[in-house]
Amino acid sequence: MTSRPTLAVWKFASCDGCQLGILDCEDELLQLAGAVQIASFTEMTSAVIEGPYDVSLVEGSITTPGDADRILAVRAASGLLVTIGACATAGGIQALRNYANVGEYTSTVYAHPEYISTLAESSPISSYVQVDLELRGCPINRLQLVGVVTALLAGRRPVIPGYSVCEECKMAGNLCVLVAHGTPCLGPVTRAGCGALCPAVNRGCYGCFGPADTTNTGSLSKRLADLGLSERGVSRMYRTFNSAATEFSKESLEHDA
Amino acid sequence: MTPSGANANRTIDVHGLARVEGEGSLHVAIHDGALERVELEIFEPPRFFEAFLVGRGYEEPPDITARICGICPVAYQMSACAAIEDACGVTVPESIGKLRRLLYCGEWIQSHALHIYLLHAPDFFGCRDAVELAALNPAAVERGLRLKKTGNHLMELVGGRAIHPVNVRIGGFYRSPERAEIAAMIEPLQRAREESLETIAWVASFEFPEIEANYRFVALSHPDHYAIEAGRVVSSDGIDATPGEFADVAVEEHVARSSALHSRLRGRDPYLTGPLARYALNGSKLPKAARDAAAEAGLGPVCANPFKSIIVRAVELYFACDEALRLATEYEPPEPAAVPVPPRAHAGAGATEAPRGMLLQRYELDAEGTILSARIMPPTSQNQLTIESDVRQVVASGLELGDTELTARCELAVRNHDPCISCAAHFLDVSIDRS
Repeated sequence: MTSRPTLAVWKFASCDGCQLGILDCEDELLQLAGAVQIASFTEMTSAVIEGPYDVSLVEGSITTPGDADRILAVRAASGLLVTIGACATAGGIQALRNYANVGEYTSTVYAHPEYISTLAESSPISSYVQVDLELRGCPINRLQLVGVVTALLAGRRPVIPGYSVCEECKMAGNLCVLVAHGTPCLGPVTRAGCGALCPAVNRGCYGCFGPADTTNTGSLSKRLADLGLSERGVSRMYRTFNSAATEFSKESLEHDA
Repeated sequence: MTPSGANANRTIDVHGLARVEGEGSLHVAIHDGALERVELEIFEPPRFFEAFLVGRGYEEPPDITARICGICPVAYQMSACAAIEDACGVTVPESIGKLRRLLYCGEWIQSHALHIYLLHAPDFFGCRDAVELAALNPAAVERGLRLKKTGNHLMELVGGRAIHPVNVRIGGFYRSPERAEIAAMIEPLQRAREESLETIAWVASFEFPEIEANYRFVALSHPDHYAIEAGRVVSSDGIDATPGEFADVAVEEHVARSSALHSRLRGRDPYLTGPLARYALNGSKLPKAARDAAAEAGLGPVCANPFKSIIVRAVELYFACDEALRLATEYEPPEPAAVPVPPRAHAGAGATEAPRGMLLQRYELDAEGTILSARIMPPTSQNQLTIESDVRQVVASGLELGDTELTARCELAVRNHDPCISCAAHFLDVSIDRS
């Protein structure tokens, strides 16, 4: 990379929360803008520099024919392509359409479905192009993002944990809400990164960082059923913000009554 | 002055409006020196929230609807809670209501500081972003970032996370923060309150185009305080309704150029929600110090110049800091943190004031709490027609301007209302067509 690499931020179907994570780096934002050249970032600046870009951060999932073409152009203009957040990495909450009839969805929300151009499925970026690094979370943990950009600037490999929320929870010294309170919790199968926020407020993890590297969803589902969750309840737990991630998708279908 | 020659026929196209949240574009067509058409196009891809909420559990909307918008998730969570609790016939105790208001103040501080300093102010200095502005005036931008950070801290403290908080549930919270945790916010909030006064003085010194719009204002109103998390829906032309009654009279239209539905009131012209509306309808409820600061900044009891919305936003920023400080000082942890909300077969509606305007949700539940229907009215879809009308007025009064300047002013006219396009889609590029 040259001394001042170029950074571009792209948005597809999303809530803007992961990009906002960049603007939420209040202590690092002006420094970041000095270390890299922000070449394209619509939410932050009217200035646009033409590509190619050394690093592209991609937020959002692919849900329209137009976006399916646009991601190819983004890939072609990018050195490293990093997806940020659950939408870009696993289709996001809008991937719930993958389990329904999108035509019916369109007529539920819009009076003139013919004005709406949409794909039957919401897909992660990796379904369309090669992704170099994925940052999980709904939303991402901005400290992870700062870590990744710092690592890329230093020319070293970023460290992203693949273990589960349970490990972070133990490190945080939280009481196990599943064991101690019988609260349904996806922590055992969910990737670390948030800092075990939910158990810290006495609620079960709801899986917003998606599946950990190794998961035993079948065993967890049995425990969830023992706690009194219906088949539909179990299915719903896997079917939120990362419902298109392979492990969560498969397990939700197992319990889709 | 009647423009002639090259300026008589033109189109202004802004594709990918910058410094707004989400994606949209603006098309302006000028023919024979007269304004022909203004269209705000929202091409944010549809995400179908109202469809996939059907069949989900009644305890899920706070977490699910938060994902409509990363900038105002608390607004979605609070409106969802209000709507579901209304459907179930539950009223939360005052202590929970106050903690919700404290969390919401955090979002107002965060969102208003973001819009004033990072998205809106650069326009008034001819800068393309806050980084350029920081080169001209580092102290101002650093102040904005500190304010924003204080708002985020407050949200993290009460909500567990600033973007998509995890501590909110139907009936209240998963965990009540301890007194000492909230007490730690008092000093940063005192500093933020001082810096928000500096913010008012700073933005009041900007140069503003002299434009007065004729707005129909709609906002929540509460007898005891400047409404945020609860109230009745009132308007500048005499509406006084519950959120449910208001939902019944607001008509949503679907037009080809937009994946956001346009809201109108049956038989009436478009309306505006947000800081200008709240200030006009509820200004008397602001604390005296905020009213004095507004008067010193040159605001009367009503501000109808959309470019001056940045001053109103700064007054509200001061208010949110002051109110958060009051709530933090008086804080008593709610015990229990949440009250039970047994489901019932009923419909309910809830409205709260998102930083950019009123946000209404309505749900219909069955006896087990399964959602039978959902309706979400985000502020930007309610404001879209009025924003178009603002742009029309700006173009009509600026036909002598060159394309570059006119385009910049059109973009600013949109940005004045802090539109959240991600929310509305169910939005910005500017194009001016002088053909």
